[in-house]
Amino acid sequence: MHSDPNLYDFWPYRDRPKITWPGNKKVAFWVAPNIEFYELDPPNNPSRKPWGRPHPDIVPYSARDWGNRVGHWRLMEVMDAFDIRGSISLSVAMLDHHPEIITACVERDWEFFSHGIYNTRYSYNMTEAQERAVLEDSIKSVMDATGQRIRGYLAPALTHTERTLDLLAEYEFWYSCDLFQDDQPQPLKVKGDSRLISMPYSLEVNDVITYGIYQQSPRAYADALMRHFDQLLEEGAETGTVMCIPLHAYLVGHPHRIGPFREALRYITSHRDDVWVTTAKEIAEFYRTNHYDQSLADIARRGNARPGTGFNRGPQEGV
Amino acid sequence: MSILPDSYFIYAKRHAGPDHAHYPASPIINRAPIALPGGAKLGLWVVVPLEFLPLNPSGQPFKAPGAMQTPYPDLRHYTTRDYGNRVGAYRLLKLFGKLGLRATFAVQGAVAERYPGLVRDVLADGHNVCAHGWDTDSLHHSALSAEVENGYITRTLDAIQAAGGTRPVGWLSPARAEGFATPARLAANGIRWFADWAHDDLPTWFQTETGTLAALPLSNELDDWQILINYTRPEHEWATQTADAADWLLDEAGRFNSPRLLTLTLRPYVSGLPYRIRSLHESLSGVLNRAETTPATPDDLLKTLSA
Repeated sequence: MHSDPNLYDFWPYRDRPKITWPGNKKVAFWVAPNIEFYELDPPNNPSRKPWGRPHPDIVPYSARDWGNRVGHWRLMEVMDAFDIRGSISLSVAMLDHHPEIITACVERDWEFFSHGIYNTRYSYNMTEAQERAVLEDSIKSVMDATGQRIRGYLAPALTHTERTLDLLAEYEFWYSCDLFQDDQPQPLKVKGDSRLISMPYSLEVNDVITYGIYQQSPRAYADALMRHFDQLLEEGAETGTVMCIPLHAYLVGHPHRIGPFREALRYITSHRDDVWVTTAKEIAEFYRTNHYDQSLADIARRGNARPGTGFNRGPQEGV
Repeated sequence: MSILPDSYFIYAKRHAGPDHAHYPASPIINRAPIALPGGAKLGLWVVVPLEFLPLNPSGQPFKAPGAMQTPYPDLRHYTTRDYGNRVGAYRLLKLFGKLGLRATFAVQGAVAERYPGLVRDVLADGHNVCAHGWDTDSLHHSALSAEVENGYITRTLDAIQAAGGTRPVGWLSPARAEGFATPARLAANGIRWFADWAHDDLPTWFQTETGTLAALPLSNELDDWQILINYTRPEHEWATQTADAADWLLDEAGRFNSPRLLTLTLRPYVSGLPYRIRSLHESLSGVLNRAETTPATPDDLLKTLSA
């Protein structure tokens, strides 16, 4: 084990080279509905229990199923109202379980990225071959069902191995949502030269955290989203920022929550002159083409570039 | 080195619909319209659990919400819960009387046996009664033998029948915990509807090996335990969330031309406290005073299901 993942270099949030989003926009804004499947009776992974109670743990199971029967449609209606395309963090098995949801997303030209096969199958303890099989399944299944080549990844239930990011690069993913170290994209230090980047996602304005961990009321969450946006917009005048709202329809879709959430979306999208309302893949494509080299050069210029790649410090390892 | 067997990557139930056979996939936006009494657009279903939380719980297979917490004898939590059956429940009954609200009291067998007068008072006020298992330490789970689980069910139904004269056909499991066999055992013991699963906003059918149950929707997200205890939100925020939910559901009912349901679980030892009851009064009357809103009973909900 390592004390530092070495997946990126230190890069102070001051005097960075300017990012200007397409159309001279200051904030790249994307919304990430997690469209997930949690199994009623998943197999055991020795590093993490899927459910708190003995199987079947029907309270949280049925709550998540509610998201796919009720909540999803409510959230989709609200996103439609403000012309927001989702970037879907997809439990890939949803392609099989709920094709009616997948069809509705394809019709809207939403982007799909992989969030593992099921959110009850964890990456912990996987061999390299097993982890490759998950990525290959993800790429092929989404391609077969939607015609989209996935370019992004968020590990299932945020469970990783030391090789996860290297494998993403090898399979020509463009971005990872797994790291939370910045409000701007950043090159990741992985094997090869595939230009894998870290895409700002968020745990701080993620509905799982705000409702469940921070115990905020729905109106307090909406208020936090608007303040988060105001700050990133102000800073985006200096250099472009990214704001993501990660969501779970089984949480935000409830009738006591969706109304205040809609008002936050209304507020953010009312600033379209300054806000690029887009998808993660489009942000990644633009950044890789226009700002990736600039970022690396700036990190090097500051003397912050350190050798090696993730979980591999190169020649100095062990010295 | 892996300790994950290859079976970890076999996805036997990766097929259309849920990974069980109880009900098919059904997006709510594709449902046929339902109807509530009087043509109402919003139905309010209130469920009040009457629980017995023993002083000497086994805590198996898990410690239920509300169970004893300090070392034996945990008189503090025992009496706090018992307050609900002595005082809180009567405060709620008085409030419901003022509001003309018929609620469903989910009664545990141990409560019916110990406090049969409470069951009779609930029925005399015109409320419905369903079964809520034996007590909140007699949890239903997959390791129970058929004999033990059937015993929990029949003993509960017997006790409520002895106290109130009618054998319940509705069920809510203690802590909403089930084993894989529980729904089938409920159906085999004469239960027609249950409210353990929160997979929908509307009633659905629920297939079991021994017959079909009606699954009535009962939200876990807006009840007193979730908002006031788990999330530690103050009463006024709970009232705001309830009002926001009612507004959204009424609007949605209009847009989809089909009523919606607001479902609330109110625990007497939580909602029935002196400092909460007035806020609850304002909250419930605010919901019921909205146009085209009605209290709904299990029978009203069952009628929304097509044969």
